Amino acid sequence: MGDEVSAEKKDARLDRRAAVKALLADRERLLVVTGLGSPSYDVFAAGDSDANFYLWGAMGGAALVGLGLAVAQPERPVAAFTGDGEQLMGLGGLATIAVTAPKNLSVVVLDNGHFGETGGQLSHSGRGVDLGRVAQAMGFPVVLEVDSEAHYAAARAAMADMASGPKFIAVRIANGEKPRMLPARDGAFLKTRFRAHLGFPVR
Amino acid sequence: METGLATSHNRASEDPADQASPWARIIYEGLIEADIKHVTYVPDAGHGRLIDLLDSTPTIRMTVLTTEEEGIAIGAGAWLGGERSALLMQSSGVGNCVNMLSLLESCRLPFLTIVTMRGEWAEFNPWQIPMGRAVPQAFEAMRVRTIRVERLDELADALSAAATLAFDDDQAVALILSQRLLGRKKWVTK
Repeated sequence: MGDEVSAEKKDARLDRRAAVKALLADRERLLVVTGLGSPSYDVFAAGDSDANFYLWGAMGGAALVGLGLAVAQPERPVAAFTGDGEQLMGLGGLATIAVTAPKNLSVVVLDNGHFGETGGQLSHSGRGVDLGRVAQAMGFPVVLEVDSEAHYAAARAAMADMASGPKFIAVRIANGEKPRMLPARDGAFLKTRFRAHLGFPVR
Repeated sequence: METGLATSHNRASEDPADQASPWARIIYEGLIEADIKHVTYVPDAGHGRLIDLLDSTPTIRMTVLTTEEEGIAIGAGAWLGGERSALLMQSSGVGNCVNMLSLLESCRLPFLTIVTMRGEWAEFNPWQIPMGRAVPQAFEAMRVRTIRVERLDELADALSAAATLAFDDDQAVALILSQRLLGRKKWVTK
């Protein structure tokens, strides 16, 4: 691949806020877990919901919180939105998700190739590691790459689909900071709110 | 093989498979009684019998992990979804968990882990000693309560108390099975 192609691909990167908003449009019964940093802000900016659980730490854990949730709630579609930096810290977790194989779980990686929260250092993904191919090698039966608006509908359909999974959805987003949109940070509140949404009484 | 609840906590099992690690069936029955639906684990030879028992129980979903900290995140998700889980690990795995344990205090989540100790009693592998020695401090640093079990006859009660603290009080609890309880022989023969 020549430089021309990479440059073109770079230009094609999506606006993260617009992409997440589009992916969560008409989300219906979707339960959402978000990884620390910008994925939490993006999902919150797309519209707060009692069916959202935002992580503010526990790096590497978002997709696995999604796994536990998907297994406990097999009748609901579950999506974990995270970044390339976090998912790189939890590569083993992709193997655990693949072998557990919940059909109702999607791991959505907002991939800008950078550690966006810490000054924009280039991540492994930005240095050539292809997370979609990693997920494929781990055994994810559905791997989608979203690098244009034309792919949003297919990604939404994949997240809603309960017949095959887990799904790995890589969203090629542009690097660069967005205005901070901060969801609640009180984890106990977020937990209780989420469980109440599923009908579990506050104790 | 029957893996139900026929065996009482206070009576030794007749099953020859239980002779080598009699504690395994006690833990198994305690987990069933505590309504645990998900068990996550990084295998440990010491947990072998327990893992076999759990594997043959259709009401329990077993998830093998690549590293112990995954079990904390999975357990958090399971609880969000309304179900109880437990994490099985060896003492060497405790150090792998440290940052992920933040989830528990930050979200006031229940957490139950069962830790088989290495590096503290008739240990043949010196590499097990540093992390084995640091287990209580690592848990304490992350505000996980530890309940240490030295004797078989206190195990059922300790597990029941740990599960109650975890799931009725939203506490993070580690049940520590001492290496002496687990027995020295299997470490050198397996």
